[in-house]
Amino acid sequence: MESFFSRYKNVLVLAAVLVVQLIALATQIHRPTAMSVADTRSDGHHVRAARYAMTRIIVPFEEMLTSMGHGTRNTWRNYIYLRGVRKQNAELQAEVDRLRLQQMSLLADARQGQRLQQLLGFQQQYIYKTLVAQVIGTSGSDQSRVIYIDKGSSDGLRPDMAVVTPDGIVGKVRDVFPHVSQVLEMNDQTAGAGVILETTRIRGILRGNAAGQPQVIDLLPDDRIKTGERVLTSGGDQVYPRGLPVGDVESVGPDKQHPPYIAITVKPAANLAQLEEVLVITETNDAAGTPTDAAGDAEVLRAADAASQALPSITTPDNGSTTASGANAAPAIAPQVRPVPALHVDRFTPGATPPADELQPGDTKPITPKVAAPQPAGNKPDGKQEQN
Amino acid sequence: MVMRSLISRREQETTFHPVVLVLVPVFALLFQVYLPHIFPRIELLDLPLLVVIYFAIMLRGPIEGTLTGMIIGLVQDAQTSHPIGVNGMAKSIIGYAAASIGVRIDVENSITRLLLTAAFSVANSVLIYLIERRLLGFDMQWLWLHEFARMIANAVVGVGFFWVLDRLRRR
Repeated sequence: MESFFSRYKNVLVLAAVLVVQLIALATQIHRPTAMSVADTRSDGHHVRAARYAMTRIIVPFEEMLTSMGHGTRNTWRNYIYLRGVRKQNAELQAEVDRLRLQQMSLLADARQGQRLQQLLGFQQQYIYKTLVAQVIGTSGSDQSRVIYIDKGSSDGLRPDMAVVTPDGIVGKVRDVFPHVSQVLEMNDQTAGAGVILETTRIRGILRGNAAGQPQVIDLLPDDRIKTGERVLTSGGDQVYPRGLPVGDVESVGPDKQHPPYIAITVKPAANLAQLEEVLVITETNDAAGTPTDAAGDAEVLRAADAASQALPSITTPDNGSTTASGANAAPAIAPQVRPVPALHVDRFTPGATPPADELQPGDTKPITPKVAAPQPAGNKPDGKQEQN
Repeated sequence: MVMRSLISRREQETTFHPVVLVLVPVFALLFQVYLPHIFPRIELLDLPLLVVIYFAIMLRGPIEGTLTGMIIGLVQDAQTSHPIGVNGMAKSIIGYAAASIGVRIDVENSITRLLLTAAFSVANSVLIYLIERRLLGFDMQWLWLHEFARMIANAVVGVGFFWVLDRLRRR
């Protein structure tokens, strides 16, 4: 027995190591839920603790290297390499003046747009608060598109918060530690985001492929999808606010793994390869303008007015007179559609069939119609004149 | 003849200062997570894998190779979004295999090192793919061109990296 262990100790150690890790892996795997857009694979307590411990060791070095890199770069840019700065400064000043004017105009438009959207009851998420964070490291593996940022739970970050840049979305917060957070980029194979194509309004799910390119998957072939079309967040995943830029359609091709679906490769709007600073959306607001409030009611009324103008006129059946609403008299009302009285009453005539409790099984006796005698067209049974 | 060759290789066993054994993997792991932030293409490289291969073939101990691979792999896993153990298992096997092969062939030759690193780079990718796809059931993809580029990058950089690490060993 002893010779067996000593002879095969290398293989036995390998087997033991593999078995232990296999058990560790088995404890980490959860069945994906049907409700989740993507399998977020939330870690258990022990795994999270292990990741946290490793982060505590590695992050100080990353921060040190990052600050050293920034220091070197800033020294070079701010004190040594100043060629053309004066000219650039003048150009930027002119650009700032132009943008200020443009901003004032856009601000007015944006406020008006928000008021109108709220009035119409569109459920729209507005970004209320963002937090600037600096990227301090990566996962170091191209099989896991993860970045680390220098803000954590002490700064108010929580898992599943959207991470964006002014150009477009980056990903979402995956794991949060006190001073550091792990961000899963949108081009990771395990990531997922609800997106919509801007012009065709086709919805889909965005995830990364093995090469780190974001793809919209599970779409049926559609000739309307063209290269260059903008892709936006749809807001359906409850992570990314609706309408944020994701990227442009780079190519459309068959999804080889899931035929007959197609896969749309998206060129990300944000430069995911070289991120310096990102914005974490820490607070959004569901400005769901439900039509129960006064503004909503007013809007419904106005919508009814518009509909009444667009549709053929209708009359109130009881008095036959045209309704008037204030000073604006409603247009003429269309006649109420009623079936023309039958000339010869048969068993299909409305009211001709006796109640079920009067029927007998196998009874072939002809049914006596109990309907009123047909009246001339235009006269209602109650004697009221129908107005044309 | 074969036995004499084996014995002579065992006798040539390389040793490293304990500080080197600790610091080299640590710096490899640090650079692996930091450098892609500046040079994104460096993600193709797997410096921790190169460290596992180097120490395994130079120390020529399958148990040492297995444990080195396991520790480095687990630390790598902790930095990713993947379950902890994927890289650990793959690199444990790579460490064991590299150490077993290191006993049998001449690992001082640059061509041998180039071929070994290329082979182990592909093996590492295959193992990770199999573990994630078959064992864990993740919907992972395999890109031949990407893996070929990774193999070339690891093999070429590995030769230079091993040359640098050779300066740190004591015979």
